[in-house]
Amino acid sequence: MSTTPLRLKELSKKEDLLTGGHRLCSGCGAPIAIRQILLAAEMPIVAANATGCLEVSTTIYPYSAWKIPWIHTAFENAAATISGVEAMYKALKKKGKITERIKFIAFGGDGGTYDIGFQSLSGAMERGHDIVYICYDNGAYMNTGIQRSSATPLGANTTTSPAGSVIPGKMQPRKNLTKIMVAHGIPYVAQTTPAHWRDLMTKVRKALEVDGPAFINILASCNRGWRTPTDRAIQDSKLAVDTCFWPLYEYENGRLTINYKPKEKKPVVEFLKTQGRFKHLFSPENEHILERAQEIVDREWEALLREEAMWKAEEEKKEQ
Amino acid sequence: MGKRLAVTGNQAIAEAMRQINPDVCAAYPITPSTEVMQRFASFVANGKVDTELVTVESEHSAMSACIGASAAGGRVMTATSSQGLALMWEMLHIASGMRLPVVMTLVNRALSAPINIHGDHSDGMGARDCGWIQLWSENAQEAYDNLIQAIRIAEHDDVRLPAMVCLDGFIISHSIESMEFLSDDLVKEFIGEFKAKNPLLDVNNPVTYGPLVLPDYFMEFKRQQHEAMLNAKDVVLQVAKEFEKVSGRSYGLFEEYRLDDAEIAIVVLNSAAGTFKDVVDEYRDRGIKVGLLKPRLFRPFPYKEVAEALSGAKVIGVLDRADSFGGFGPMYMEIASAMMSNGTNPVMIDRVYGLGGRDFMPEHAAQLIDELKEILDTGKVTLYKDYLGVRE
Repeated sequence: MSTTPLRLKELSKKEDLLTGGHRLCSGCGAPIAIRQILLAAEMPIVAANATGCLEVSTTIYPYSAWKIPWIHTAFENAAATISGVEAMYKALKKKGKITERIKFIAFGGDGGTYDIGFQSLSGAMERGHDIVYICYDNGAYMNTGIQRSSATPLGANTTTSPAGSVIPGKMQPRKNLTKIMVAHGIPYVAQTTPAHWRDLMTKVRKALEVDGPAFINILASCNRGWRTPTDRAIQDSKLAVDTCFWPLYEYENGRLTINYKPKEKKPVVEFLKTQGRFKHLFSPENEHILERAQEIVDREWEALLREEAMWKAEEEKKEQ
Repeated sequence: MGKRLAVTGNQAIAEAMRQINPDVCAAYPITPSTEVMQRFASFVANGKVDTELVTVESEHSAMSACIGASAAGGRVMTATSSQGLALMWEMLHIASGMRLPVVMTLVNRALSAPINIHGDHSDGMGARDCGWIQLWSENAQEAYDNLIQAIRIAEHDDVRLPAMVCLDGFIISHSIESMEFLSDDLVKEFIGEFKAKNPLLDVNNPVTYGPLVLPDYFMEFKRQQHEAMLNAKDVVLQVAKEFEKVSGRSYGLFEEYRLDDAEIAIVVLNSAAGTFKDVVDEYRDRGIKVGLLKPRLFRPFPYKEVAEALSGAKVIGVLDRADSFGGFGPMYMEIASAMMSNGTNPVMIDRVYGLGGRDFMPEHAAQLIDELKEILDTGKVTLYKDYLGVRE
């Protein structure tokens, strides 16, 4: 089978496997990412979806926006559910009841992935199923009305970490789930955003080509929770990358590649200031939180740079 | 005539699973059901089955993977006990709501706290409303026979519901008894090929499993589930009839033991029924008209048939190996519901026994019959619900 080149002209001829008419909010980052993912796939996909915005808004009975086989069972178990689907595929393939090559994707938001679905995700990755788990991370429980999750950035105002007169929003930095997935020693782990569509689609293709588990973390803006106008999804994703709040990188068999290094790393406030959820941080008394946010970004970015340099040095040594 | 062997209850279950050879098993270890999956894992490791064994990280994931696998389009089995079933609880409803014929063995064990690994029915009774067919088993033979029949019942076109087969932890799961096995070929032929319905793996006909269903359609989904459950009763009988042809062993919705002319009736599930039957014989020898009813199918509950079978009884003692604190035990409530429509108005008492594996001894059975005889003679009941075999 020939592979569709990652060019808009060719891609526009492919069928959209998530149809329009779903009830996700206008300006939501999630369906943009999902459409890119399904456009990137060159083989039949069966998907499992954790409970969340993406699930409830795309399958309001008797309608379904999905043109691929799709299953939702509960919130915390998209990885376990897709494990079962993949196991049945293996069983039926072994018996000759299925001959075609099918790949499996689980979708979850940050709540269903970083928090309640964390155990199930970790288990599925350790077991080595041939699946791709894709998290669309919008940084809070948006479906239930913007509650903080372990993916919520430091300082963010959410309905369960409200910016109050005593506590100015979420006081803990976000969990670095991508790195935790790297620690599972799986063949492919990556981070991307829908604003970087070619990067996203390349990563999806790599993840699908891998024999074994893969994990992709996609920053997906939510204008309701981020308190931004509905036309900001792409610009804000770009700012997340340009400030190194959300670097584009991948681990192939444990080897790190940073896919994009901004020529000039913007200060993290450039990403924060356009979003209402961080508005209170710009009061003088909260300046220390902005400083801490910058420190976290710097530390993580520098660690990535150091690690990549280490890999390069090691490879050069081997070549000599 | 099949092979007769001395085996543990868990071994009998594992053997049935080997003969059924499901496409996928997803399981997590928990006492006392662990041995089932342990033995099954060795069948997988030694190529005795073609099954994909998914050794998940929790029972919640076990049932989630079973659901995914079943929706994908194949035969799926698992086994658990107690806390494992409790952790699955959310997913039990989803398996039945999606009409997936997953078949599970439940080796009954008490629920914590306090933690206790021994047999009672609080786990299975707690799953009463999860939409699963429940078959209960007195001994290893019945557990084996029920498990093979459960495949046919769950996968039947008029049913398509998950089914669980219950047997008493340790008392049956870990005791060795002599039982008869069917041949591998006979089991294979009896269960037949799995017929997939709207499988996820049919990528040319994509289906959506588990959509959001709002008030406009939700009740219609539940109504269909209700009807499928009602259909299960006839299917259980049909399958039992066919099973009798191949095994020579006959099964119904329940077992009646010397019940025909009984004035005193006992209702008791699983292994304690075996103990009780001996005591019934002793009292019959003394001319006391006592009989026993041992339910087999608990969901759907055969109210009409049970009521007919108990219609001659003047007093009924119901034994519950699980308590509904602040209410009558779950078995009592079913029997009371059955008798309400019957019009015979027997006196009924509820006795909670055997919790956390407390031995149910012949003297406990005798104590209950004596009390029921007293009620029959005097018409006086001291306590409608009480514990039996407890230190006060």
